[in-house]
Amino acid sequence: MNNEHITLHTQALTAHPYFSFFWDATKKGVLLLPHCTACNKVHWYPRTFCPFCYETKLEWRPSSGDATLYAATALTKASEPYIVAYVELAEGPLMLTNIINASVNNLKIGDALKLSFTALDSGQQLPVFKPA
Amino acid sequence: MSVKRKDQAYIAGIFEHPTRHAPETSLVQLHAECALGALKDAGLSASDVDGFFGARDIPGSNANWFIDFMNLKLKHIDSTDAGGCSPLIHISHAVDAIASGKCNVALITLAGRPRSEQMKTGTAPRPGEPDRPDSPWEVAYRPTISTAYAMMMARHMHEYGTTAEQLAWIRVAASEHAKHNPHAMFNKPVTVQEVMNSPLVAPPLRRMDCCVISDGGGAIVVVSPAIARSLKNPLIRVIGSGHTVYGQNAGYGNMTTSGAAVSGPIAFNEAGVTAQDFKYASIYDNFTIMVLMQLEDLGFCKKGEGGKFVSDGKLISGQGPLAINTDGGGLCNNHPSNRGGITKLIEATRQLRGTAHPSVQVKNCDLAMACGPGGFIGTGYAHATVVLERV
Repeated sequence: MNNEHITLHTQALTAHPYFSFFWDATKKGVLLLPHCTACNKVHWYPRTFCPFCYETKLEWRPSSGDATLYAATALTKASEPYIVAYVELAEGPLMLTNIINASVNNLKIGDALKLSFTALDSGQQLPVFKPA
Repeated sequence: MSVKRKDQAYIAGIFEHPTRHAPETSLVQLHAECALGALKDAGLSASDVDGFFGARDIPGSNANWFIDFMNLKLKHIDSTDAGGCSPLIHISHAVDAIASGKCNVALITLAGRPRSEQMKTGTAPRPGEPDRPDSPWEVAYRPTISTAYAMMMARHMHEYGTTAEQLAWIRVAASEHAKHNPHAMFNKPVTVQEVMNSPLVAPPLRRMDCCVISDGGGAIVVVSPAIARSLKNPLIRVIGSGHTVYGQNAGYGNMTTSGAAVSGPIAFNEAGVTAQDFKYASIYDNFTIMVLMQLEDLGFCKKGEGGKFVSDGKLISGQGPLAINTDGGGLCNNHPSNRGGITKLIEATRQLRGTAHPSVQVKNCDLAMACGPGGFIGTGYAHATVVLERV
């Protein structure tokens, strides 16, 4: 599917300018997570408010980089198969992501994972995970 | 407090387009043929229609252009879109509109040509609009419909010990029903072994766990009680409905539960029924795992015991307490526009009329339900349930 997804990602970032600070942080190897200062919950995917208590005071703190595998699969028909997964971040929420440096056959639900980044041709750094 | 729907509105006409491959026609023509087919079944004309209900599968993404094309003179329009379950929402909206005097003859259509358009429904990433709120956070990971359901399947297997063989029985039952349907896209019976040997799409999901990609469509006509009684068809009415958007709860969702856990109880409470009252159900079967999860969430069996409930041919009409999708379902019969809502309502209505194929007709079927998901599992996932009865 070529690099259509990179174009779509770029378009999506342009459509959501508020979050440029998030993508600036990924270029420094940091995944920022929104912590609600009112109810202390961490949510994903990011909003500008807490989707649990609806307060707007969020603190964006670097993630620990630790996660466990919730579920994974791979699109076997793709020209270059890739692993799509939900991971459970150590901070709480599930996150849709890709797993790199792994084969889907060797991944087990509950496996420990570590944050990594994939460089996109657009210059963006995409947060992904790899076996710990 | 639930409010029982009384003598409010009835399903007077149904039509499922016989085509499953329509390269020589247009999308609007399919919608029109479905509309005219359902009106003919009702004994009505397009000039009788005063309410229209349709979703984003209509060319132009809302109903305006189609209504003009058909030259309908309307008092009420509803372009609600919730993905594949949209007709399951339209039908309850139609009942409400008729009950409140907004219209008397409501037409619902759904059609599509994904097969002719060579759409890779399950395996190509389906990007949302850039301004969709999930787009910055998900589009770059290239999720597809099949990867989403594969993960639900993997997780259900992990949590409950559900097996590929148990899920394969859902496809086997669909194929045993489809063999009686001359219009079904796949009407050759398959075995559990054949399902389990079909190619992997996204492990553990295999090709025969997935529904067909077909052209076609369907339509339904809902009318006021006075009009229904002047027509020839049996009186079938909606007695309960529920809708929801079952999201991912901002990162704390549950992939082994479907939106049926929300929309089902709402519809069942309104109708005053439980799962055990049904002998027939239309369960949207885009993937085998979705059937199993919905059956659990509706209360046909306990959560986690769906594997046992669907095994050994028990979903085949006449072989267990519950028959589902006796037309062959989305798995073997039809999935026009990649949307299963209308075909689910149509087969439930056939069962209630007693006009399903004699080999799959449930005896004395006077209560039925139809349910299904819509949109994209995860960030934009609706679900609707409808309870129907024959008066």
